[in-house]
Amino acid sequence: MADDAQQQVKKSFMYVNRKAPYGTIYALEALEVVLISAAFEQDVSLAFLDDGVFQLVKGQNTAGIGMKNFSPTFKALGDYEIRQLYVERESLEERGLTSEDLMEITWEDEEDDYAKKPSIRIVSRMELTEVMAQQDVLLNF
Amino acid sequence: MSTLHTVNKSPFERSAFSSALNHLKPGDAVLMIEDGVVGARKGSAFAGLLESAAKSCAIYVLEPDLAARGMGETDVIQGANLVDYGGFVDLVTTHQRTQAWL
Amino acid sequence: MDAATSAYVIDSHVYEHDEEGYLKNLSEWNKELAELIAKDEKIEMTPEHWEVVNFLRDYYDEYQVAPAIRVLVKAMKKTFGPEKGDQKYLYELFPYGPAKQACKIAGLPKPTGCV
Repeated sequence: MADDAQQQVKKSFMYVNRKAPYGTIYALEALEVVLISAAFEQDVSLAFLDDGVFQLVKGQNTAGIGMKNFSPTFKALGDYEIRQLYVERESLEERGLTSEDLMEITWEDEEDDYAKKPSIRIVSRMELTEVMAQQDVLLNF
Repeated sequence: MSTLHTVNKSPFERSAFSSALNHLKPGDAVLMIEDGVVGARKGSAFAGLLESAAKSCAIYVLEPDLAARGMGETDVIQGANLVDYGGFVDLVTTHQRTQAWL
Repeated sequence: MDAATSAYVIDSHVYEHDEEGYLKNLSEWNKELAELIAKDEKIEMTPEHWEVVNFLRDYYDEYQVAPAIRVLVKAMKKTFGPEKGDQKYLYELFPYGPAKQACKIAGLPKPTGCV
């Protein structure tokens, strides 16, 4: 009975990241909320657009600014069953970035002998607009 | 199945306004609140963008925030509708989802 | 601050912890300290306990996050097989919550999402 009720309230949540990491607390807070929300077994995806794309850039080194480099945590999201990280192509291009500049983020398919499958999907602005319009809940950071 | 987009930052300071407009679908609504109301000012550098968005989307401005900044109905672009707090709530309940651009 | 309630002390070494007993400075952790924290938690460290604690430290080292229990079970299952990648097995080792207790012993912050 309780299980049934839980099934019925499963909703799609998209966390929309638009800020670069470290300059403000938004990016880290979003990531923490995402990790917490994973415990509630909802359908969670992330979007990265505008300066948010900088959160996924590889080679981040925060030693000189005295802050924790939380970028490795994105690679743990697969373990939390978060397998859809949408990155907006136009936002990358505007910033002189390509998919080559991003970290490799994968999830392991238990059904497929733990094969690593990519979590990042580069999508156009129009495609992202469509994906956002299909969500039950949008949370911007 | 439409979305209410709220914008609470001035377009002169942040990209929340332009990002919201870039991700609109026809039939969506935009509500400017807090410093976001600045973006609804007619004759401003951003007025043209908002006027073209107004062709396919409804534009709303939160009146108390506008008044607080010394503006009123005659100061915003043609086609923008002023709402009070009750109107804000109505907009939230009449749309499928709300996306708060910040 | 009262050192007895805000820090672990070994010989004259002081290791500060938060109000719940989680070590404040990850880099201060050592095995002796882990034994002391375990004793506070009424846990006798066996090789099986160490396996989990070391696994958590490796996980944190790689991902900079202490895994939630569900994630720990899954990751343990992948590395050690279904017998150890099992919630019941982990609760037998750490009765007051494997993620919480084992993280505390491992000198890691409380897992995000644990209340």
